[in-house]
Amino acid sequence: MDRSSHHRPRRIVPFVAVAAAAALTLAGCSSGSGGKKSEDGADASSTGKASTPRMTVALVTHQAPGDTFWDIVRKGAEAAAAKDNVKLIYSADPNAGNQANLVQNAIDQKVDGIAITLAKPDALKSVIGKATKAGIPVVGINSGLSDWKDLGLLEFFGQDESVAGEAFGKKLNEVGAKNTVCVIHEQGNVGLTQRCDGLKKTFEGKTQILNVNGVDMPSVKSTITAKLKQDSAIDYVATLGAPFAPTAVQSVGDAGSKAKVATFDLNKDLTKAIQAGDIEFAVDQQPYLQGYLAIDGLWLYENNGNYSGGGEQPVLTGPAFVDKSNVDAVSEYAAKGTR
Amino acid sequence: MSMTRQAEPAVTPPPAPGPKETDGRTARRTPARRLLARPEVGVFLGVVVVLVFFLIAAPPMRDSSSMANILYQSSTIGIMALPVALLMIGGEVDLSAGVAVVTSALTASMLAYQLSMNVWVGVIAALAVSLAVGMFNGWFLMKTGLPSFLVTLGTFLILQGINLAVTKTVTGNVATDDISDMDGFAQAQALFASSFELGGVQVKITIVWWLVFAALAAWVLLRTKYGNWIFAVGGNKESARAVGVPVNLTKISLYMLVGFGAWFVGMHQLFSFNTVQSGEGVGQELIYIAAAVIGGCLMTGGYGSAIGPVFGAFMFGMVQQGIVYAGWNPDWFKAFLGVMLLGAVLINLWVQRTATRR
Repeated sequence: MDRSSHHRPRRIVPFVAVAAAAALTLAGCSSGSGGKKSEDGADASSTGKASTPRMTVALVTHQAPGDTFWDIVRKGAEAAAAKDNVKLIYSADPNAGNQANLVQNAIDQKVDGIAITLAKPDALKSVIGKATKAGIPVVGINSGLSDWKDLGLLEFFGQDESVAGEAFGKKLNEVGAKNTVCVIHEQGNVGLTQRCDGLKKTFEGKTQILNVNGVDMPSVKSTITAKLKQDSAIDYVATLGAPFAPTAVQSVGDAGSKAKVATFDLNKDLTKAIQAGDIEFAVDQQPYLQGYLAIDGLWLYENNGNYSGGGEQPVLTGPAFVDKSNVDAVSEYAAKGTR
Repeated sequence: MSMTRQAEPAVTPPPAPGPKETDGRTARRTPARRLLARPEVGVFLGVVVVLVFFLIAAPPMRDSSSMANILYQSSTIGIMALPVALLMIGGEVDLSAGVAVVTSALTASMLAYQLSMNVWVGVIAALAVSLAVGMFNGWFLMKTGLPSFLVTLGTFLILQGINLAVTKTVTGNVATDDISDMDGFAQAQALFASSFELGGVQVKITIVWWLVFAALAAWVLLRTKYGNWIFAVGGNKESARAVGVPVNLTKISLYMLVGFGAWFVGMHQLFSFNTVQSGEGVGQELIYIAAAVIGGCLMTGGYGSAIGPVFGAFMFGMVQQGIVYAGWNPDWFKAFLGVMLLGAVLINLWVQRTATRR
């Protein structure tokens, strides 16, 4: 008797927890709006499949973990791989030395083609030489517009970050901006700096740079708010990644500012915000296209000897602007995470 | 009670000047010195200096809404810095605290969304997951006797990987879906991420929670038996155990407290921004530890307070935003922050030495 009463409180805790969870589940805790159920099951279009012999292609990028942009690149590559009967090996490392090791790894696996990003071309020079020597065709995507030919790459698909920045600056002139702040969410990232530099080059008004701590959203919000308070003349906030734009909109509200928000890159929440008029426009370099074309380009070369861009010119995937005028056409694909 | 009193010599110096300190060790100290011996005094002096500095250097900081903004940023760091500080007083560190916040937010968001449940189901499940992560950290640590640096470094990497892989598998993307149109969202947002007006300034609710948690932590630390246990296990684990302090229970519960903090901040982020990116949170653990250290907690354990980390987090928010309010070149931000950190630690060291010198 004594013992059982002693044990009772201990046993009852997990029991209560399980019972509570079950009760919550059963007793109509389901959400009446939103959620997975309301998401339409319109999945990827069923494409035909090539009858060409199975080939293996490695895609090696400088992606940092958890970045929505690279996720879209990978989806494009996977779609092309599925269509072309290609086995895709994806790997990534933001450290250039590690990225070179991953390319070496692909060479060792005797792949039939390599697609690579050239964020730090010099570090990859020797390993690309090894791949070419081994007779493996290499194509470039995303970054490295000025280096791909020198490094002996077959083709290049992408846009230069500076070019995107310049287009962004021109667009700001068009919409009549006078004072813009360019928000860098990762201090020291070359690509992000190039975007701001490009923007500065073509934008006729005043450009300021603001560094924020991109891994901590509350901190991003506070810092943009602080900047808007510090310079109340700012009329445009330019964020460099899609997830930071809605946060910037909140900051504008907090600071009681009249600034508008525009951004680089796109995702599904952003298309909704553009439709709602919270965000003015997004410049999209179509990452899906970069991944897709790279794999498809290698397949075409292998099976038909084609050179995309004639082997002389890069194939540009951006910058493409998404604003209120064309967002409806894009939003369906953004919802699937492919734009 | 008698047991914990015996454990006290292991704690150097005692956490608070008791009502009657006539045991010979503190008899010759002046009241000023006794005040200086408190762990939060150094950081308090530092905060005053930095505040005055920025009020002069950055005119927009004199606005009360700017202070609300700084306090908001400080509160999201501060809510986590509190349990992290208690854990440090208890002699351990937690490197998984930064990504644990994101783990919690991801759990709540994905569970509610994928099962189309009321968001509160996700919120409660996330609490269970967060407490379980803390319990695992503490249990594994006590079971193996490995340094907490190694154990929580392992958890940090595991959680980082799980955050990415599970999110990608479940949602098909590396960020979660927007849950702002789901049932229960408005209530949860009111609790975790709302704001109210005070004297014409919008004040975020996290600031209130931060101060409530701080008051609670201070009371527990200074007025309860559990508080004594924390100091005892951080001072000397073996002698604490020898006098009957439940060392395992204390340490495991401290890790679970960090789990609770991670849950709370995670919920704030979820209900404030509607979606969560799986790559966030990395590096934040060091900011929490820095706020605790600036707040006067020793890396070696057994010494510190709950009020110190409040000032520590405030210092962090103030410096981070102050540089922006001042309109300085942002490239220097991290360097400036580092100088501030070292400066604060030096002040702490100096105050402690001055106070404990006879």
